[in-house]
Amino acid sequence: MNEDFINTLLLTGKLATWTTVVLFLIGMPLAYLLAYKRFWFKSLLEAFISMPMVLPPTVLGFYMLVAYSPQNAFGRFLEQHFDVRLAFSFEGVLIASVVFSLPFMIQPLQNGLVAIPQSLREAAYTLGKSEFTTFYRVLIPNMIPSIITALAMTFAHCIGEFGVVIMVGGNMPGETRVASIAIYDEVQALNYDVANQYSLVLFLISLAILTVIYSMNRKPAS
Amino acid sequence: MERNITDNGKFSSSLRGKGSLKIDIEREMLTSDGKMPLKVQTEISGNELLCLFGHSGSGKTTLLRILAGLNVPDKGYVEFNGKVWFDSAKKINLPPQQRNVGYMFQDYALFPNMTVERNIAFAQKEKNAGEILRLMEIFGLTELARQKPHKLSGGQKQRVALARALAAKPNMLLLDEPLSALDYEMRIDLQNEILKAHQMLNSLTILVSHDIQEVQKLASSVILLRNGAVQAQGDCAELISHYPENRNTVIGYKANRCV
Repeated sequence: MNEDFINTLLLTGKLATWTTVVLFLIGMPLAYLLAYKRFWFKSLLEAFISMPMVLPPTVLGFYMLVAYSPQNAFGRFLEQHFDVRLAFSFEGVLIASVVFSLPFMIQPLQNGLVAIPQSLREAAYTLGKSEFTTFYRVLIPNMIPSIITALAMTFAHCIGEFGVVIMVGGNMPGETRVASIAIYDEVQALNYDVANQYSLVLFLISLAILTVIYSMNRKPAS
Repeated sequence: MERNITDNGKFSSSLRGKGSLKIDIEREMLTSDGKMPLKVQTEISGNELLCLFGHSGSGKTTLLRILAGLNVPDKGYVEFNGKVWFDSAKKINLPPQQRNVGYMFQDYALFPNMTVERNIAFAQKEKNAGEILRLMEIFGLTELARQKPHKLSGGQKQRVALARALAAKPNMLLLDEPLSALDYEMRIDLQNEILKAHQMLNSLTILVSHDIQEVQKLASSVILLRNGAVQAQGDCAELISHYPENRNTVIGYKANRCV
């Protein structure tokens, strides 16, 4: 196996890992809000989070590119204050990937929280525990399967991401060239052997992750 | 047995002594027949074992949840031992965390991720391992200390829930139909556990029930709720003689359940 092949797979893993970590940190509080709180823009927020499920990745990628451009406020702010250009960089792809994978993280977490009997939270409150203590001592330990599902779904989805990455990141080896893009590229160059190697690796990883999720959700709770 | 418990100084030292619970609340309840107002105005002295008695849908559980701070009345006033818990006019509403009530849920609400011992320890405001052991001994849980709740029977779960509620040293104990999920023999056993818990607490215990025998055995006084309003309040025997229609419905209900 050549170095290019390994680097591409490592980059794919790096993008998926970072996306999963960042999304978990954002997703947990968001899922908590959506599961338990009432506020006037809740439906709108839910709709936004679910948009990547129905929107072509190119649409999101396009808007990300526009936002990253130094000709617009967000891109100009980043360039002037941090000397950062996000378009066609790993960080830019990471942000787009986080946005695009939101529903895959939020929905299992939200479902997991809703499935916990309300009386458990209320019992903790009557015992004098704050919402935060209740969250990490009672809620999180009782939704581990949902958390694993959320992490695995996000990771798996991220490994398979193509449209957003190519829109925002292009095809730069070592920076934005992930496996799904490499496959497309190799096929265009008629290197079917390499494309096959990439494809097989992605196929097996995804199969393994989904098998773990399904077997875990089959296990009865008690 | 009972004397041992009341003589034990650990709990009585944390008591607030006799006080009273003043309730004057209104809340609209959603029932299967549509909206119904819950309107309760009463005063209960501080160390009763009071039973909220009535048909399902009469507002018993809602009233209990209002006392715990889990439901909010539309308007009114709740005061316990001189401290205002809720006052809609002054916009006071203490959260459940600050009311220090022990609440036992119908499903017991034991934390599935924690062992029996940990469930009790979690409730303690200050860690005290000796106290956990003592509570487990009193409620016959010593051998179950390392079991997770899903392995326990209904009666065992109830005893853990009682021990856990007491571990927080509450100044009021609220029990929502504690025995309804248990079979007949288990109930007799656990009625004694409830009396025990009430004596350890030496403060106000409020119990929701629709079982007249349970009420007769446990309660020092009764509030009869009907369609969201207090129909009568007082001594248990008196209530039955004054409201024989309740006796019939309840006995009919029990007969159905036992068959």
